[in-house]
Amino acid sequence: MRQYIIRRILISLIVLLGVSLMLYTLVRAMPADYVSLATSASPKMTDEMRNHLREIYGLNKSIIGGYFDWLGSALKGDLGTSLMFARPVTEVIKQYAPVTFTVALIALVLELLISIPLGILAARKQYSRTDYIITICVFIGISVPIFFLAALMKKAFGYYGLNILPVSGMLDARKTYPAGFSFAKFGDYARHFVMPIACFVITGCGSMLRYTRTNMLEALNADYVRTARAKGVPEHQVVYSHAFRNTLIPIVTLLGSSLPGLFSGAAITEGLFALEGLGNIALRAANMADVPYLMGFNMFLAVLTVLGYLISDILYAVVDPRVRLS
Amino acid sequence: MIKKNQDDIKKASNSRIEDAEDIAAKTMADTDVTMENDKAAEDDSVASVESFSQEDIAAGQVFLTPGQMVRRQFFRNRLAVAGIIVLAVIAVFCFLGPAFSKYTETEIFYIDEDTGMEVRMADLEDYPNAVLNTKAAPTKEHVLGTNEMGQDQLARLMYGGRISLMVGFVVVIVEMLLGVTLGGMAGYYGGWVDMVIMRLVEMFVSIPFIPLMLIISSLLISLKISPQYKIYYTMFIMGIIYWAGVARMIRGNILSLREMEYMQACEATGIRTRKRIFKHLIPNTMPLIIVMATMDLGGVILMESTMSFLGIGVGVPYASWGNMVSSVKDNVVMRNCPWIWVPPGLMILFTVLAFNFVGDGLRDAFDPKMKR
Repeated sequence: MRQYIIRRILISLIVLLGVSLMLYTLVRAMPADYVSLATSASPKMTDEMRNHLREIYGLNKSIIGGYFDWLGSALKGDLGTSLMFARPVTEVIKQYAPVTFTVALIALVLELLISIPLGILAARKQYSRTDYIITICVFIGISVPIFFLAALMKKAFGYYGLNILPVSGMLDARKTYPAGFSFAKFGDYARHFVMPIACFVITGCGSMLRYTRTNMLEALNADYVRTARAKGVPEHQVVYSHAFRNTLIPIVTLLGSSLPGLFSGAAITEGLFALEGLGNIALRAANMADVPYLMGFNMFLAVLTVLGYLISDILYAVVDPRVRLS
Repeated sequence: MIKKNQDDIKKASNSRIEDAEDIAAKTMADTDVTMENDKAAEDDSVASVESFSQEDIAAGQVFLTPGQMVRRQFFRNRLAVAGIIVLAVIAVFCFLGPAFSKYTETEIFYIDEDTGMEVRMADLEDYPNAVLNTKAAPTKEHVLGTNEMGQDQLARLMYGGRISLMVGFVVVIVEMLLGVTLGGMAGYYGGWVDMVIMRLVEMFVSIPFIPLMLIISSLLISLKISPQYKIYYTMFIMGIIYWAGVARMIRGNILSLREMEYMQACEATGIRTRKRIFKHLIPNTMPLIIVMATMDLGGVILMESTMSFLGIGVGVPYASWGNMVSSVKDNVVMRNCPWIWVPPGLMILFTVLAFNFVGDGLRDAFDPKMKR
């Protein structure tokens, strides 16, 4: 077991190295660099000054040289200085991560709370009307483009509709709150987060629900469930303690791999609702060719993805005694 | 019709409750039959299967070939059939529609201020007072109105659909070619080939998609690729990125197929490797490939529309459903002109939904355990 974990971690490191090299090459291959983008509006800039700036920002190095520089400092925990913010990337990520994390975490919990019970229900009543309704809703959720959903919700609940929810930003611009925690401020944040979280949950819980249903169906058709029923175990107990327990394994593993999706989806959702989170900044950074931030953010996502797979593989081995590792 | 369907469902569920045990036993039996038939089909050619069913019909017993069984299962699934119909309608609308449309996607319409008459782009010189006919509400001339540039929305919806469907098919073909080849190799050969390919897969899966597309899009713009051709490059790149997921699934499938008895038989009889892969392994992964391709068609169309919405997919003046919805970023359009952004959004929703229903129906139909 330990050997397996160590080998998996080593492999993950190799994968991350490959990802970082690919990403760095791509980011640096962007033809317009930060200096030319940031100075394009000022007529007094000469090419000499631009080259000087490039030297300062470290953009004059070759891709390979720059990559090894970045890698060397990244391994020491220093992700460089964001060109847009003129602050260390780690600091920028730390400042904006809470928003992204809060939205992702709440969305994930809600998704679980909705999709698992409904998935079980759909599996228990397979091919019933309930099952059909749930299936149709789920597929609509999977298929709706998130920007269209956001637009519909903004129109329905926003200022020009029912006017009960704010459509963008994180705090009401007309109010000022004292520093520190207050319930009014918390409520304001909460109101602004309703629509983004709803978007995440509606588009996200479909795959988990389908997954629960499929695995639950498989469990319900298993021999041990038939045996339990034959022995006269109450239906409730059959479903929840015999069948559901066995679907927990695949659900746990799915959880590990759905983690990164929540964060990469943030790039779009945060942009739609103007939330000041990591994803929204990444969009701006991509437009400004802010190499250190882009590398930092994308590598953060890549690490999450690799970690998600690693955890789900290990969990799978831990939870399921039938899995033998060699 | 719907009433009848519901009754059917109700009847089915009632009977299920009454004798669940009985049906469970029957399902098991059915499953066995299917598996036997599958095996039979693998060994026999199609012709002999046909004569086989002829005899059985005479004997009062009807056996179906796996293909017939899949078809029957599939057409029993109402959602899947609805999906097929919707897709057919959308395909006709997008590919044949423009032939019947008076306008093209790029034509801009004007309106004469004095008379209130509409002026087409070609006759603009004759009407000095003409102004842009923007955001016109639906009329007989423009069934879905015009957008904020004065273009006919219905025509744009048709041409935009062409792009979306084409992107979906091209990307899926590219990703399937790459994914099936590499995933098949990884699963079949194992060892270091598997190791290298799977690490490559993990790398591709770990790259965040949207930021990557932003970067690639700015690359394409700076290479001065015209908006008309940009989409082809984008399709190709999407295919290259998406292959990893396919490869992973195919590999898993091949791994389990490799252990089957008929593969052992292949080895024992000394059939050539190429023939073993293409005649015996690949046909057995076909159900998985077909289901994945159908589901991915929906996924790719969704992704393309998101990219176009963000302004990194199909560029102006060309239409795509995604960039048509992006007009909604303007508050006035959102509030007052639903005909500009709602129809393309619904088109995306219906298309993706239909592909998902069909894919799901196919998966159930191919799966012998999903008998109903």
